[in-house]
Amino acid sequence: MGWIQNRFEENFIVTSVDWALNWARASSLWPMTFGLACCAIEMMAAGAARFDLDRFGAGAFRATPRQSDLMIVAGTVTFKMASRIRRLYNQMPDPKYVIAMGACTCGGGPYFKYGYHVVKGVDLIVPVDVYIPGCPPRPESLIEGLMRLQDKIRQATIAKPA
Amino acid sequence: MGARVTPQEIADILKGRFPMAVLETAIDAKHPCVCVPPEALHDVAMLLRDDPRLGMNMLRCVSGLDLLPEPQIELVYDLISMRPPGASAATSAGGSGTDLWQNGGMIAVRVRVPRDGGHVSSVADVWPAANWHEREAFDLLGVTFDGHPDLRRILCPDDWVGHPLRKDYEFPKEYEGIPAAAAAAPE
Repeated sequence: MGWIQNRFEENFIVTSVDWALNWARASSLWPMTFGLACCAIEMMAAGAARFDLDRFGAGAFRATPRQSDLMIVAGTVTFKMASRIRRLYNQMPDPKYVIAMGACTCGGGPYFKYGYHVVKGVDLIVPVDVYIPGCPPRPESLIEGLMRLQDKIRQATIAKPA
Repeated sequence: MGARVTPQEIADILKGRFPMAVLETAIDAKHPCVCVPPEALHDVAMLLRDDPRLGMNMLRCVSGLDLLPEPQIELVYDLISMRPPGASAATSAGGSGTDLWQNGGMIAVRVRVPRDGGHVSSVADVWPAANWHEREAFDLLGVTFDGHPDLRRILCPDDWVGHPLRKDYEFPKEYEGIPAAAAAAPE
C-alpha cells in the first residue's frame, strides 16, 4: 500500500483513515477489460444489465491496465499468453488485485493433464486474491468472488503489524 | 444434381492426366479420396483447381495424421467445388435453385510423408486458404512445406520445442520458468 503503510501505530485516527481508504477501494474496483476465453462471456454478462456489476462499483471496465485496480483473469491461460499477463499485471498501479475466474485459471481445469500449452493455474504467474471455481462460473459466482475480494480489502490496514 | 462431378470421374480424370501420380483411390469410402506422392501434389492441385470439369476452387481443410507406429505422417486436403449462381443454369432443366451457390463435387487428396524430415510442396499459391493450415501442420506435426511464403509456427510460441500433436511428444517440464505441473502429475 505504498508510502503510508506500516508507519503508524494502531489508534483511532489510523482506523478511521483505514475505514475511509478501504471504503473507497472496495467501492470502486475498476476491472481491466481482459477476457481470454469462454469465462469472458460470463464476465460480460456479469457486467451487463441483468447482473450489473456497477451495483458494486466494479462495472467500469477500463481499457488499459494503468487505470485498473482489478484483473479478472477470465479464461484459459496459455504459455504464450503467460508473459503478456505478467506484463499487464506489472503495468497496473498499486493497490492491485487479481481474481482467478474459472477452472482453467484456478489450476488448469480440463487441460490439466493433456494440455501441452496451458499454464496449470494463473497463480504460477501472478499472485491471486480470490479463486472462483466453475466451468465457466455463472455471473452470480463472479459477483460472489467480487464480494469476497471486497471483504478482503476492508480488512486491510495501514498500521504497523502488532 | 447432374452437374456434380463424382469421385470416380475425378479419379479417372486424374489418372488420365497423371498415370503415375495416383497411388490408390478410395471411391466408395465415406470420405472419398485419392492418394498421391508428395512430389506430385502441386501438379495434381493445379489440375484439380483449373480443369473446368473439376473446378475444385475451395480448400476446406488441411488435416494431419500421425500414423505411428508407421514412421509416416499423412496430410489430407479436403476439396470442394463451389459453382457460382447461374453457372449450372444450362444443365439444370428446371432452372430452379440457380440463384444459389451449388456444390459441384467433393474429393480429398491424401499425401504421405516420412515422419523425420518430411517435405511436401506447398499449395498456398493454389489455394490461399492453405497458408495458415500448412503453418498449423508445420507447427503441430513438423511437416515442412517447400515454397510456403511464411512458414513459421502459428499456435505455439516461436521458441517452442517439439511438435505437440505427434504421438511420441513429451510435455515440457517448464516453459520460460513456469512449471508445467502435469509433467509430474500422478496418473
